[in-house]
Amino acid sequence: MEWRRSYGRAPKMIHLESNFVQFKEELLPKEGNKALLTFPFLHIYWTECCDTEVYKATVKDDLTKWQNVLKAHSSVDWLIVIVENDAKKKNKTNILPRTSIVDKIRNDFCNKQSDRCVVLSDPLKDSSRTQESWNAFLTKLRTLLLMSFTKNLGKFEDDMRTLREKRTEPGWSFCEYFMVQEELAFVFEMLQQFEDALVQYDELDALFSQYVVNFGAGDGANWLTFFCQPVKSWNGLILRKPIDMEKRESIQRREATLLDLRSYLFSRQCTLLLFLQRPWEVAQRALELLHNCVQELKLLEVSVPPGALDCWVFLSCLEVLQRIEGCCDRAQIDSNIAHTVGLWSYATEKLKSLGYLCGLVSEKGPNSEDLNRTVDLLAGLGAERPETANTAQSPYKKLKEALSSVEAFEKHYLDLSHATIEMYTSIGRIRSAKFVGKDLAEFYMRKKAPQKAEIYLQGALKNYLAEGWALPITHTRKQLAECQKHLGQIENYLQTSSLLASDHHLTEEERKHFCQEILDFASQPSDNPGHKIVLPMQSFAQLRDLHFDPSNAVVHVGGVLCIEITMYSQMPVPVHVEQIVVNVHFSIEKNSYRKTAEWLTKHKTSNGIINFPPETAPFPVSQNSLPALELYEMFERSPSDNSLNTTGIICRNVHMLLRRQESSSSLEMPSGVALEEGAHLLRCSHVTLEPGANQITFRTQAKEPGTYTLRQLCASVGSVWFVLPHIYPIVQYDVYSQEPQLHVEPLADSLLAGIPQKVKFTVTTGHYTIKNGDSLQLSNAEAMLILCQAESRAMVYSNTREQSSDAALRIQSSDKVTSISLPVAPAYHVIEFELEVLSLPSAPALGGESDMLGMAEPHRKHKDKQKTGHCMVTTDHKVSIDCPWSIYSTVIALTFSVPFRTTHALLSSGTRKYVQVCVQNLSELDFQLSDSYLVDTSDSTDLQLVPLNTQSQQPIYSKQSVFFVWELKWTEEPPPSLHCRFSVGFSPASEEQLSISLKPYTYEFKVENFFTLYNVKAEIFPPSGMEYCRTGSLCSLEVLITRLSDLLEVDKDEALTESDEHFSTKLMYEVVDNSSNWAVCGKSCGVISMPVAARATHRVHMEVMPLFAGYLPLPDVRLFKYLPHHSAHSSQLDADSWIENDSLSVDKHGDDQPDSSSLKSRGSVHSACSSEHKGLPMPRLQALPAGQVFNSSSGTQVLVIPSQDDHVLEVSVT
Amino acid sequence: MAVCIAVIAKENYPLYIRSTPTENELKFHYMVHTSLDVVDEKISAMGKALVDQRELYLGLLYPTEDYKVYGYVTNSKVKFVMVVDSSNTALRDNEIRSMFRKLHNSYTDVMCNPFYNPGDRIQSSPGGPYFLCPYPVQVGPTSCVRSSPGGPYSCVRSSPGEPYSLCPIQSRAFDNMVTSMMIQVC
Repeated sequence: MEWRRSYGRAPKMIHLESNFVQFKEELLPKEGNKALLTFPFLHIYWTECCDTEVYKATVKDDLTKWQNVLKAHSSVDWLIVIVENDAKKKNKTNILPRTSIVDKIRNDFCNKQSDRCVVLSDPLKDSSRTQESWNAFLTKLRTLLLMSFTKNLGKFEDDMRTLREKRTEPGWSFCEYFMVQEELAFVFEMLQQFEDALVQYDELDALFSQYVVNFGAGDGANWLTFFCQPVKSWNGLILRKPIDMEKRESIQRREATLLDLRSYLFSRQCTLLLFLQRPWEVAQRALELLHNCVQELKLLEVSVPPGALDCWVFLSCLEVLQRIEGCCDRAQIDSNIAHTVGLWSYATEKLKSLGYLCGLVSEKGPNSEDLNRTVDLLAGLGAERPETANTAQSPYKKLKEALSSVEAFEKHYLDLSHATIEMYTSIGRIRSAKFVGKDLAEFYMRKKAPQKAEIYLQGALKNYLAEGWALPITHTRKQLAECQKHLGQIENYLQTSSLLASDHHLTEEERKHFCQEILDFASQPSDNPGHKIVLPMQSFAQLRDLHFDPSNAVVHVGGVLCIEITMYSQMPVPVHVEQIVVNVHFSIEKNSYRKTAEWLTKHKTSNGIINFPPETAPFPVSQNSLPALELYEMFERSPSDNSLNTTGIICRNVHMLLRRQESSSSLEMPSGVALEEGAHLLRCSHVTLEPGANQITFRTQAKEPGTYTLRQLCASVGSVWFVLPHIYPIVQYDVYSQEPQLHVEPLADSLLAGIPQKVKFTVTTGHYTIKNGDSLQLSNAEAMLILCQAESRAMVYSNTREQSSDAALRIQSSDKVTSISLPVAPAYHVIEFELEVLSLPSAPALGGESDMLGMAEPHRKHKDKQKTGHCMVTTDHKVSIDCPWSIYSTVIALTFSVPFRTTHALLSSGTRKYVQVCVQNLSELDFQLSDSYLVDTSDSTDLQLVPLNTQSQQPIYSKQSVFFVWELKWTEEPPPSLHCRFSVGFSPASEEQLSISLKPYTYEFKVENFFTLYNVKAEIFPPSGMEYCRTGSLCSLEVLITRLSDLLEVDKDEALTESDEHFSTKLMYEVVDNSSNWAVCGKSCGVISMPVAARATHRVHMEVMPLFAGYLPLPDVRLFKYLPHHSAHSSQLDADSWIENDSLSVDKHGDDQPDSSSLKSRGSVHSACSSEHKGLPMPRLQALPAGQVFNSSSGTQVLVIPSQDDHVLEVSVT
Repeated sequence: MAVCIAVIAKENYPLYIRSTPTENELKFHYMVHTSLDVVDEKISAMGKALVDQRELYLGLLYPTEDYKVYGYVTNSKVKFVMVVDSSNTALRDNEIRSMFRKLHNSYTDVMCNPFYNPGDRIQSSPGGPYFLCPYPVQVGPTSCVRSSPGGPYSCVRSSPGEPYSLCPIQSRAFDNMVTSMMIQVC
């Protein structure tokens, strides 16, 4: 039925069971009743009376009496049931309903509670009326019963609280209160409200715990002292009975001990929890309870015989576990191991301590004292309880058996341990499993079974190492060392010892002990002399840093290399080491370039100190603290053209990253590697390693060239070898051998010809030793002088650029050979000295045209023209040098640049002729020019070169030009061509006095056809009758061509025609206006026949029209030689001749101003020609050389005034 | 009052572990190490919960006869483990929680120290790195002296006028915090 409760508690469906008992006055509860289960909740008065008389006579009195009794007991829960019988009723059919018994009773007793009276009609009949009345009765009964129950329960709870509030009063008894509250719990249990029942027990539990705590804090309650009586019985929890009446009674009698109370409480809680289907909470609470009890006993200072609690806990654990197993199936248990494993482990622990206590673990077995103790403990267990007597595996039996003999104990203990380890492992609690395993190992060690212990110790150690727990590592290692010692695993033992000796978590004495163990072993005369025990060095000593001398770790063959290493000894005492050996791996690198001295000295710029990262030995690598990836780019280039072949990324510390994790603690080194006695060893004997840092120096003389890699470091102490299998980062040194070499290079960017220049000689001696008398023999180049200075000195450097000496240089020169005697220098040194050389300027030129540069040297390089236009002309001088170390000569080319560029030009004024020479300084230096000369090389006596230059000294600055002019004068007929040589002295402007006189700079050139043959004069006249020329009006242009000389050599060409001793030549004139000032009307060109005689004149008239007003320059008049068609040429008239022709016209343009109109006009000629050029003979034009025509009217201007009717003024603004 | 306080890295190696009484250090090391089993279990069980709703406090990891082991895990999976004497009933869950929170704050300060490399052991040992201590409170120590092995360092001033001197990096404050937790009854 539904149960509604006060205080807002949720309504619940409950099952209320009731008993019907006959009313007795003594059954009525008295004041202060504590029993709730036997409480009379509802009083029912049954009557069959249907007669008013009978009622009045007896029933009413009886009812009144009953009511009074109830009232006296202040019970208000009652019900009157009147059973009506049809049979009886029939007799009194005339009775009025008002006066029925029911009404009377209602009237008399239920004045306000009419529902307290129920009529049950014909209960035995099977009619609808009967059914109805039964229903009504039962409903009423239930309601009233529940009402009463609720009321009484509430009252009970209130009473209970009141009682609890009195707990501070003296004389309050916990046991009494316990019984009261348990009554409530029973009621709830009866109602199947297990949750509520459990709460009652939990409250009791908490209350008791609080008292214990308070007691511990000094606030004791009297009643608690009662629980503090010594523990005499430790027979564990009893969970198989729902209520342990025995314990309950002892509580009731106030005779229970703390353990009894706790046991009883827990057994009740357990029962309720199991009802609630919460077995795992039982396990959890059991563990808490056991811990708690142990604590409370301690707190209350209860005297407990040694081992008694262990027994109790052990029994209890097993009892709980068996109880849980009893109510769950296997699968459930397996999936809830996490809850029970704690109890297993606790039981194991307790059994272990019992075993130790009773001497069951020692090798010899228990002694008499142990046996006495065992007997006492067994006595405390009492007799086995009847309910488990038949169970074979009862906790009681187990414990008794385990304590009975050494063997039995071992069996039970191992069973339990293995079960616990298995359970821990199955739920992933590896650390806990290892910890139990360690206990087991300890047990095995005590049982003198180290072979069984080792695996557990190793397992635990691996776990601690993996997670870096220093103290457990140390402790486990210590145990392992003992184990290994017993097992006779010498190598392992020594290794563990070395680890322990270096362990800072141990005391100094312990470390010394382990160190001594190693030393003792090492000093033992070995029965097998060749036998070595190889141990990793890490724990013995650590390589801290390494220092090379020379610091770049590059040494030449035969050189001495020092390697100084710092070893940090981890041992607590000084250790004498017979020898320390570094294994060196030798390799010859294929790429020979990378091993040359230059490369090595350039690229190895380290300071020679290599630091080794301290190993993280105390906190070894867990997965995430692996060393970081060390990645490097890798490029491989083809050796021929340096193009990229392959590229990639290299991980340099693969061996660190990819090594197996598990093997880190074991000996992973094959001894073969360590004992490899390579040819290359660095050795240091008899070293005493003090604790801490030690400096050890290795000294080696380099032998073969190549790369040496330091691979392993071994330290031997007797037959024990400590080996560092890999030296990382990689340490290498290089040994090289070098051929002697001679380098000659200019000091400046480029050498200038003509002035002394410094050249540096570098002799790298390599493996050659320069002896006294060794010299360099320089075969002299013709045009290059080696200037011997008295003061030359040579510097000798060592390979590392430290100056070792300097010496005077002796230079002896003969015609052909200059000999330089080298100072004495040892191998692998560098000798440096400087020499001054002078390249002689220009040799005679081979007659260049005006544009060509006059310098033509024997080794002139024909670079492309464009380049010579901007750059200096260079000259190469090859010097062959004989070196003392070689039978072959070294040929060295020195390139000198000519600092000047010279051009010349022929200038005319009528028949007077001038030669202009332009000198351009191309270099970065400033020069002083002096003594310029121009001489005629052909030595014609009638020709005079009159200098018009005023200054004899003239500076010429960098990138500037200087012009020189001479006038040509002659008396007789001038030669057709003139060979000239220009020379000018020069010296660097900045330099002080030079020791030697410098040769002047010369420039040779040829001037041809310099004599003026024709004079062209043009004049423009205004139209007749006008004073000035006007725009738009035609003016006449008169061109006067005058021959100035008679027949000369130069005239003798194809155009010359001879008739009657008279010679004439054909000329073509052309009037071109380059600025479009004039419009030429009519023919602008024509061919004239010119008599070859002095003062022969030809006059040409033309019409021109000025297009603009102002002072206009006259149009140009050009003269060409008109070469007639020649049969000899016609056949050769092909593309080549045209090119020739073309180049000719280019020449024509090259000399002066190139102008568009002339181009146009020439283009017309070309086009005229091109129309008939194939097959047809055609005349050719040849420009007259610039010197042969003098235009006397060049530069003149004519005034043109605007025409009067021209009002348009053009203004162009740009 | 805690008997052992440990800070454990994500990778389960101890960043810091201290216990009083020091003679039983080893036992606590084992205990804390074993407790990591339960921490791992709890973390993986908690993994499903949303990150922001996650409770950092893991509660009682497991009780032993004499001690109670509590756990706390930061979002970066650094674990704090505290061992409390079972007989110390004054420490309730709330106190433990607040102690953990204080510890977490202190630890955060350590992490904020630019001289501290995350993942290094938190130590104020004389062998560790040093820095010039700029704080007036810590001014003056020229040598750091430990009263007992594992105990806190105290600064010994060589002369009163000395403004700065070397202090072991990190953790002085952290150490003090831990010390206070071990001494005080919260």
